[in-house]
Amino acid sequence: MGSYVPSTREQRQEMLEAVGLKSFKDLYRDVPESMYLDRPLDLPEGKSELEVSRVLNAMARRNRVYDAILRGAGAYDHYIPSIVKYIPAKEEFLTAYTPYQAEMSQGVLQSIFEYQTEICELTGMDVSNASVYDGATAAAEAAAMARDRKRRVTLVSGAAHPDVINTIRTYAYGTNDEVKIVPAKDGKTDMDALRAMLSPEVSAVYVQQPNFFGLFEEAEAMAAPVHEAGALYILGVNPIALGIMKTPRDMGADIAVGEGQPLGLPLGFGGPYLGFMATTAKLMRKLPGRIVGETTDDAGNRAYVLSLQAREQHIRREKAGSNICSNEALCALTAGVYLAAMGPEGLKEAAEASMAKAHYLCRELIKLPGVKLRYEGPFFHEFLLDMPKAEEVLAALDEKNILGGLPYEGGVLWCATEKVAKETLDAVVAIVKGVLA
Amino acid sequence: MKLIFEKSVPGRRCAILPACDVEKVALPAGLKRETAPLLPEMSETDVSRHYTELNQHVHGVNCGFYPLGSCTMKYNPRIDEEMAALPGFASVHPLAPRAAVAGCEEVLDTARKYLCEITGMDDMTFQPAAGAHGEFTGVLLIKQYHDSRNDKARTKIIVPDSAHGTNPATAAMCGYQVVNIPSAPDGCVDLAALKAVLGEDTAGLMLTNPNTVGIFDENILEITRLVHEAGGLCYYDGANLNAVMGVVRPGDMGFDCVHLNLHKTFATPHGGGGPGAGAVGCKAFLAPFLPHSALMEEAGHVQVRGFRGNFLVVVRALAYLLTLGREGIPEAARNAVLNANYLMAKIKGTFAPAFDRICMHEFVLDLSEYKKATGVSALDVAKSLIDYGMHPPTMYFPLIVHEALMLEPTETESKETLDWAAEVFRALYELGYKDPAFMHAAPHNAQIGRPDEVKAARNPIVRYTKA
Repeated sequence: MGSYVPSTREQRQEMLEAVGLKSFKDLYRDVPESMYLDRPLDLPEGKSELEVSRVLNAMARRNRVYDAILRGAGAYDHYIPSIVKYIPAKEEFLTAYTPYQAEMSQGVLQSIFEYQTEICELTGMDVSNASVYDGATAAAEAAAMARDRKRRVTLVSGAAHPDVINTIRTYAYGTNDEVKIVPAKDGKTDMDALRAMLSPEVSAVYVQQPNFFGLFEEAEAMAAPVHEAGALYILGVNPIALGIMKTPRDMGADIAVGEGQPLGLPLGFGGPYLGFMATTAKLMRKLPGRIVGETTDDAGNRAYVLSLQAREQHIRREKAGSNICSNEALCALTAGVYLAAMGPEGLKEAAEASMAKAHYLCRELIKLPGVKLRYEGPFFHEFLLDMPKAEEVLAALDEKNILGGLPYEGGVLWCATEKVAKETLDAVVAIVKGVLA
Repeated sequence: MKLIFEKSVPGRRCAILPACDVEKVALPAGLKRETAPLLPEMSETDVSRHYTELNQHVHGVNCGFYPLGSCTMKYNPRIDEEMAALPGFASVHPLAPRAAVAGCEEVLDTARKYLCEITGMDDMTFQPAAGAHGEFTGVLLIKQYHDSRNDKARTKIIVPDSAHGTNPATAAMCGYQVVNIPSAPDGCVDLAALKAVLGEDTAGLMLTNPNTVGIFDENILEITRLVHEAGGLCYYDGANLNAVMGVVRPGDMGFDCVHLNLHKTFATPHGGGGPGAGAVGCKAFLAPFLPHSALMEEAGHVQVRGFRGNFLVVVRALAYLLTLGREGIPEAARNAVLNANYLMAKIKGTFAPAFDRICMHEFVLDLSEYKKATGVSALDVAKSLIDYGMHPPTMYFPLIVHEALMLEPTETESKETLDWAAEVFRALYELGYKDPAFMHAAPHNAQIGRPDEVKAARNPIVRYTKA
């Protein structure tokens, strides 16, 4: 049996005696006898480290590790620089708690302050929180943050990620608020429908840029009608795209959110990921989550602390806008290391290469018989194809250890990143061609 | 310490990506970024040294004693990290075909089975990403249950005044009115106060047991029975499960749903504030209301996050469960409780316990008398501990004890460490009578002196701006 309890049998007895008790059971004298579990748990016997390693390696082997991944839809297979794996594994970063004691946590606090700055730089916003759970919850928290007493309705683009839409809906179900979906037309948010749906009850409009189908929305043009109706404008953005794309601030957003997984986090079957969330100075005190601020210590030296805590649940309890406390600090650290390793140039290269490869793959695939791009228009690194024999195509790729696009609404949603070499893309096209021939 | 931006040198960089091997595509003019983001420009050496410097200014469980009450700062086994990093887990796309993810399903199924057994629940979701997120998910189960019965009159959630702030905040996020009930003098639920607020408007009760002062509420069966009788459901906040896992089960106490903090009880690392995992278990009748991913599973359910949760944290917790197994789980709980009682006994005679009786895995010191006598506050003692290389206990929580210090040593600390910690507390106790001024000014040998939090809140500087 494995155990991490260091005290020996003799020491345990000694300690029990020091407390004035005879047996372990005496420690639980407040537990009613009828409830006390008088049988062993139905779990296997404990194992040594080597045995645990064997069991979990066997489970890991039951998963496929693909040579190439051409599927995105909210989880993106970007290259992770080697150093990004080593730094967050350092034992102090790994095992520390939330930095409540600033005097012995300056390293964590400064890393968060740096992360907040980087998110502000990417989004063009004034203030970022320390992180939220993921992109979907960032959107839901933003929608909640935008509501006030009179304005309770959130409009959400139907071209946003289905998990994001459903999470916003769930949070709104909690507070008994309404979410209305702005229909998509030709793969993008229907601007006329949006205009018609705006009303004095609308608190915010959420649009994803690029959207679930990979298309760039006319996001900037939507800002004016949203603001004229008195609502806040929330943009959900891809952080890699921000290496080359206009910032949400410049597109008129009041709140910028997104999924931070592309910034150095592994796919990991869906998590842990990282939600980022940034806003304007005007809305700072409505922003949920931890925020690190700069101050000075009693000797006047620069110091960092968890700040603006009057917003949070441990002070405001039921009057806090959210119950969120600590969440994905180590993922935010990872994103910080990723952005430092890539730098502004490296991030731009990753964005350009992802976009270029997706366009190359798209161009080559639509040359094949019966393959059509469902929605026209500028796109980033994802695109939806209508293609014959989609199942057979994906199976043929699978056989060559390539994960093809995601079957979605009768089509296939493809994604390419900088990680896929041209020769792999050519091989993919050849395999698809073979199936369709 | 310099900020990373202050170490940045224009034009410096790491060589990470090859030149693009296909034709580049221009972004439409109106979509182009106008100015490059101010990101660090560094060599890999610079990056490595910067973060190593930051890491040297962090106190982890690996550095020393971390008796932070209600946070269960137990040792985080490194094998768990190694397992989570296996490419067979780390590189799996959440939307890969089912046949390609059989191992991930096995991890989730196995962890679910073991954790349902430990909690006495029938089903479990791993979608919530943290404890507070698990609370939200759990109370949403209660809300959906009442809604499914068209029982719209149930608008109130009962929360004891000793509860963590997330409990009332969660109830509010679920549209409920919060009814705070006062605790009995022993910190347990005041049955009369509970009875007085129960009624047809009761949606449910949120409770931690052992409670936030580290006492197992012996009336628990009566409490859950009363709530059920009124038509409400009982939610178990699993923050303190470490005291009782394998010894007594929330399901047997009468709870309908629970959240677990895999990052506390099941030894996954806290990471300086996440990622954790807030698994939520429930009885069979609530299982239809568990959350699901619209894209990964099926539409028509609630969903609290994208995909299916912090999977790699579940891998770590499963490694821990496999290591401890049927004997090791209760052994950990028993020793967590023993360590807490031993440390409390050793400190006794100096700082006074708020409740002088056998505790569970944590205990609260009440320094209000000591402060009256010396002028030294719980904050002063906490800050003084930093100079000894000990992480301070949780301060000023729960709110029902004034000048509170809450200590949770966990089972992974040795008798030698506890003896040392007791000596430190004794020394500080005496110092408070001799040289209170020294303690008011503590810490003296830390990374920084006490920070000016008021200044940080009044003039918020929340990002670096280039001079």
